[in-house]
Amino acid sequence: MRSNMLTIIKKEFARFFGDRRMVFTTILMPGLMIYILYTFMGKGMMGQFATDDTYVAQAYVENMPDELAPVLNELSAEWKESPGMDAAKNAVAAKEADLLLVFPADFSAAVAEYKVSDGPAPNVEIYYNSTATESAKLYNMVKSVLDSWEDSITNKFDVNAGSGAYDLASEKDAAGQLFAMLLPLLLMTFLFSSCVSVAPESIAGEKERGTIATLLVTPMKRSSLALGKIISLSVIALLAGLSSFLGTMLSLPNLMAGSGAELDASVYGVADYVLLLGVIFTTVLVLVALISIISACSKSIKEASTANAPLMILMMGVSLTTMFGGGGEKNLGLFCIPVYNSVHCMYGIFSFQYTLAQMIMTIVSNLVCAFLLTWVLTKLFNSEKVMFAK
Amino acid sequence: MEKILEVQGLKKIFKLSAKQQKIEKTKEKTKRAVNDLSFTAYRGEVFGLLGPNGAGKTTTLRMLATLIRPDAGDAVLDGSSVMKEPEAVRGKIGFLTSELKLEEFFTPNYLFDFFSDLHGVPEENKKRRKEQLFSRFGIDKFAEVKVGNLSTGMKQKVSLVISLVHDPDVIIFDEPTNGLDVLTAKVVTDFLADLKTQGKTIIVSTHIFNLIEKICDRVGIIIDGRMVLCDSLEAVCAGKSLEERFFELYEEKVGEIV
Repeated sequence: MRSNMLTIIKKEFARFFGDRRMVFTTILMPGLMIYILYTFMGKGMMGQFATDDTYVAQAYVENMPDELAPVLNELSAEWKESPGMDAAKNAVAAKEADLLLVFPADFSAAVAEYKVSDGPAPNVEIYYNSTATESAKLYNMVKSVLDSWEDSITNKFDVNAGSGAYDLASEKDAAGQLFAMLLPLLLMTFLFSSCVSVAPESIAGEKERGTIATLLVTPMKRSSLALGKIISLSVIALLAGLSSFLGTMLSLPNLMAGSGAELDASVYGVADYVLLLGVIFTTVLVLVALISIISACSKSIKEASTANAPLMILMMGVSLTTMFGGGGEKNLGLFCIPVYNSVHCMYGIFSFQYTLAQMIMTIVSNLVCAFLLTWVLTKLFNSEKVMFAK
Repeated sequence: MEKILEVQGLKKIFKLSAKQQKIEKTKEKTKRAVNDLSFTAYRGEVFGLLGPNGAGKTTTLRMLATLIRPDAGDAVLDGSSVMKEPEAVRGKIGFLTSELKLEEFFTPNYLFDFFSDLHGVPEENKKRRKEQLFSRFGIDKFAEVKVGNLSTGMKQKVSLVISLVHDPDVIIFDEPTNGLDVLTAKVVTDFLADLKTQGKTIIVSTHIFNLIEKICDRVGIIIDGRMVLCDSLEAVCAGKSLEERFFELYEEKVGEIV
């Protein structure tokens, strides 16, 4: 049995790795595309919010209070007396000017006399154009200046006013939290896509082409065929999934560069990566076995791909459970549910919040599930109704 | 004579889908493809199964090759039951039918090695047998060409060779010359005659009278899933041509041929 299983594994590898186009499209291209896409998106987002430091904004002001003039003049803007509300607003809307700042008449006196019990406070109006980057930037700066000035005149107490570091989370934990939020869903999507790209071709494809019958007429046990297919397809799907994962890890810093988040995959140690690989491989075994069963019941690759679509939606739904509901699962018993356990183990590894018991439970239950699914596939290979359905 | 295959009361019933009911123009939900079929084949003989399309020849051979399971009855092939020991049966037979296809991505050379490994052929036998069979069918000229790039005749030759990698004693061929050009058909027919001289037992299904008359020792005539006559070629023909005898029997069992 072992030797026939190895023969099937060798044949599946020869079929896959012998086809350079297939290797490129299944393994290399996803990782490369993700890297290029995320890097491009990161650069795009950076570009969208980046402004020219030498740019001097054109701004109109009405009733500028004397005490605010020096602070506002420090901003990179040329303040001009407003030509009138409507004309100034039209100029901002037409992107000919960047901002219109309107203080009420006698603003300083009104502010000084104002008490909360008097009702609405004096209102400062800032007109800007959110579709013009420079206008939006100047709006934020002016609003910040006014907020600070308001704080300074009504200051009763401060919160975290000093320059000390008040967030005591380590950089490692912060990066872990961010990875844990993003990666389980992405990884599961990549793994599922990889499995779907290889399993239907190998099983429904062989049925469609009539080559599976040629295998079934040999003395090989059906279990050898099922095991050989699942192991070889899992290795190929794992390589494809890892390529996507690598592409993501390498491009995430580029993607998140604009947000100022520190993302560095080196926060994880060798043990974390080994555990992650164990979880990923056993997950791939389960996914390949599931997709193989669906493919064995399908008459063609097209039918198998369609039948796998609901499974994809289910997988995505399960993957989202780490994003909502307070993060990682704590109930050890739930780690025996395949896929759900994998998603939460990944979350645990990325956020440094896993226990060894969770990992062992996940890997063992995934292996047991893969074994049971292989048994089902063996039964299907034995069923003439399934294998020779017309 | 030593019995090598004993078929006893083989039965196979297929469920008909609505689409199949329409094609078959019937309201029956099932079709009895093979009905209580029994026959015996002896070591070293060529046994021909003759019958019109849909008579149950292919279904019978697929049951003997353990691709499908009989609903009743059994067949014992060289001591192994198709019901109880399907893997042992598959190891003892070479099965060739047009529905068995080869992966177009691979070369004949790779496929020969692959199927030899699945049949557990020792390395030294594998090499010797490959040389022998490739040279016999001229496959050595295109041994490294992908199957997808071969002509129908070439593919049929490769399929034939692949079915014999393990040098089986019992060879089951379903319509071996169907769809072949006259030259390739002759190569296959000559090869069957060769196998007979080597003492192999051959079970062949066909509706080509000439092929049966040329190579078969005994004939079984199947009509509507039943064996209507099974005897030596001479006894079946009873001094007439096989074609004449077949139509006589057909009219007797089914009615006038329209």
